[in-house]
Amino acid sequence: MTPADTLGFAARTTTGSPLRSSLLVLAMSIGMAAVVVLTALGDGVRNYIIGQFVSLGTNLLIVTPGRNDTGGFQLGGLITPRDLTIEDAAALQHVAHVRCAAPVLTGYSEVAANGRLRETMIMGTTSGYLDIRHFSLSQGSFLPNEDWQRSRSVAVIGVTIADELFGKASPVGQTIRVGDNRLRVIGVLSPIGQGLGFKPDEQVIVPVATALAIFNTNSLLQILLETTDRETIETAKAGAEQIMRTRHGGELDVTLITQDAVLSAFDDILDTTTMVLVGIAAVSLMVAGILVMNVMLVSVTQRTAEIGLLKALGASNRDIINMFLTEATFLSFIGALTGLAIGYLGSWVIRMAWPAIPVYPSAWAVTSALAVALCSGLVFGVLPARRAAALDPVLALSGH
Amino acid sequence: MPQIELENITRTFQLGDTTVRALSSVSVAINAGEYVAIMGPSGSGKSTMLNLLGLLDQPNNGHYRLEGRDVTTLTSDELAAVRRTRIGFVFQSFHLIPRLTSAENVAMPLMLAGVPPEIRRQRVNAALEKVGLANRAGHRPDELSGGQRQRIAIARAIIMEPAMLLADEPTGNLDRHTGQEVTELLEALNAAGTTLIVVTHDPDMGFRAHRRLMMEDGVMSDSQEQA
Repeated sequence: MTPADTLGFAARTTTGSPLRSSLLVLAMSIGMAAVVVLTALGDGVRNYIIGQFVSLGTNLLIVTPGRNDTGGFQLGGLITPRDLTIEDAAALQHVAHVRCAAPVLTGYSEVAANGRLRETMIMGTTSGYLDIRHFSLSQGSFLPNEDWQRSRSVAVIGVTIADELFGKASPVGQTIRVGDNRLRVIGVLSPIGQGLGFKPDEQVIVPVATALAIFNTNSLLQILLETTDRETIETAKAGAEQIMRTRHGGELDVTLITQDAVLSAFDDILDTTTMVLVGIAAVSLMVAGILVMNVMLVSVTQRTAEIGLLKALGASNRDIINMFLTEATFLSFIGALTGLAIGYLGSWVIRMAWPAIPVYPSAWAVTSALAVALCSGLVFGVLPARRAAALDPVLALSGH
Repeated sequence: MPQIELENITRTFQLGDTTVRALSSVSVAINAGEYVAIMGPSGSGKSTMLNLLGLLDQPNNGHYRLEGRDVTTLTSDELAAVRRTRIGFVFQSFHLIPRLTSAENVAMPLMLAGVPPEIRRQRVNAALEKVGLANRAGHRPDELSGGQRQRIAIARAIIMEPAMLLADEPTGNLDRHTGQEVTELLEALNAAGTTLIVVTHDPDMGFRAHRRLMMEDGVMSDSQEQA
């Protein structure tokens, strides 16, 4: 029997019992779609999160107050860490290889204009922040480059806040009220999109001294340092540590995080998450494979007389095995293709629902899932096919 | 040289702890072109006889020479090849594959033999013509009458131009009139040179054959030797 005829016969058999075949295809396609969607989702979330970090710049050093030491109890853990101040930020500006520094302070406050009131995030910082975050302006100008201690009453607002407070009118030159302070809007940021944990299009950026006054505090949230390039991060980190130690009475009570360290930690976590998702999806493919075997075994029982007839007509054992293996593989293949289509559709639906997350099925996941589906059809088809070939022709013809 | 030569064929079955002798030292020779009826009551061993002749079953003892070749020592794949090329089966219950059309059912032996599709089509058309059902090529078995189904099965049996036709109660599931038509078709094929061996317990059909092998408790008596 030629391979083409074997395939034709298998195709004819599967269309001959549409319900049985479509249920099998359904089971296989669910397994396949699960693999495609879950891996796409895993990759998408990972790319999204890493994208968020990369958008901050890869040569970024973040100084936060307090010290997180692993490795046991320390005396330093008992004393309250000193505040991180504007003076600290100013000093860090002069560390070798630091191109730019920006003190950051955030808090939530009411923002009102034109009789409209919103609760939103206030970001106190300095002129360097625009560069460090790679933001740009759609209107007006950013915070002026001047003495950081000066609490000038100006604000740069996000595009969403601008729309919500001023509608179509230009906000530049208008006055907004933040808490009890009246600030003049000097610029509007270009749309940014998603942020990690906050919505950058809704922020209101004010000079850092103004923010300290609004929130009545002396301590910054963090200081962002951008180095000249990636290679100088470690040198800059050492320099910054030394300066902070000197300024804080010989005690290093701040933590310096490099972007790379955070990135690789997240990378590890996300890798694990993706593998777990793939594992779950692989189980459903396995279940589909076992179902293929089950259905094929039932099929052998139902078609005993037909197998007997084929033997009487001169089919060799190999012919019979090929017929059943081809049928199992054919069904698995159709199921896998259907599942692939469902998987791509599902990924598309997720992209429509959450446009920020790049959910695209990856080539390696699609090819390996296809291979697994085909192999499971082949492997789980072997037992039924062998059973069919081993039937005694006389007994099979009489339907036993 | 006879086409079929059985020599002391014995076939036993184990039923629980008793051994049943379905065939007991059967020897017979059948020449090419003969028309033979194997007759006897149920349980007499006539079906076992047919299965052995059709190489679906193997004897415990004795030798079976088909066209001079001892087929009792062949492997199962060699037996399949002999069945495919030399033997045509006609069954009481037709054994057509329900999801395939008449033409596809008839083409099955050609497909198993690896004959290319275009040659297959010609030979299938010729065979359907021979059984008078060329206009039913695209019908599935459940769209055909019993007599038509059996004629399709006969077309399938002769498609490989076998040396012999083995028919197991070919009219058993048919009414008298259609049974008559099917019998005439088989006899016409025999007249054209194919050996015809029919298993039946219908005496009318048995007496149409030129030679009768009577089975009783696994022992065979030959009408030719009695005459």
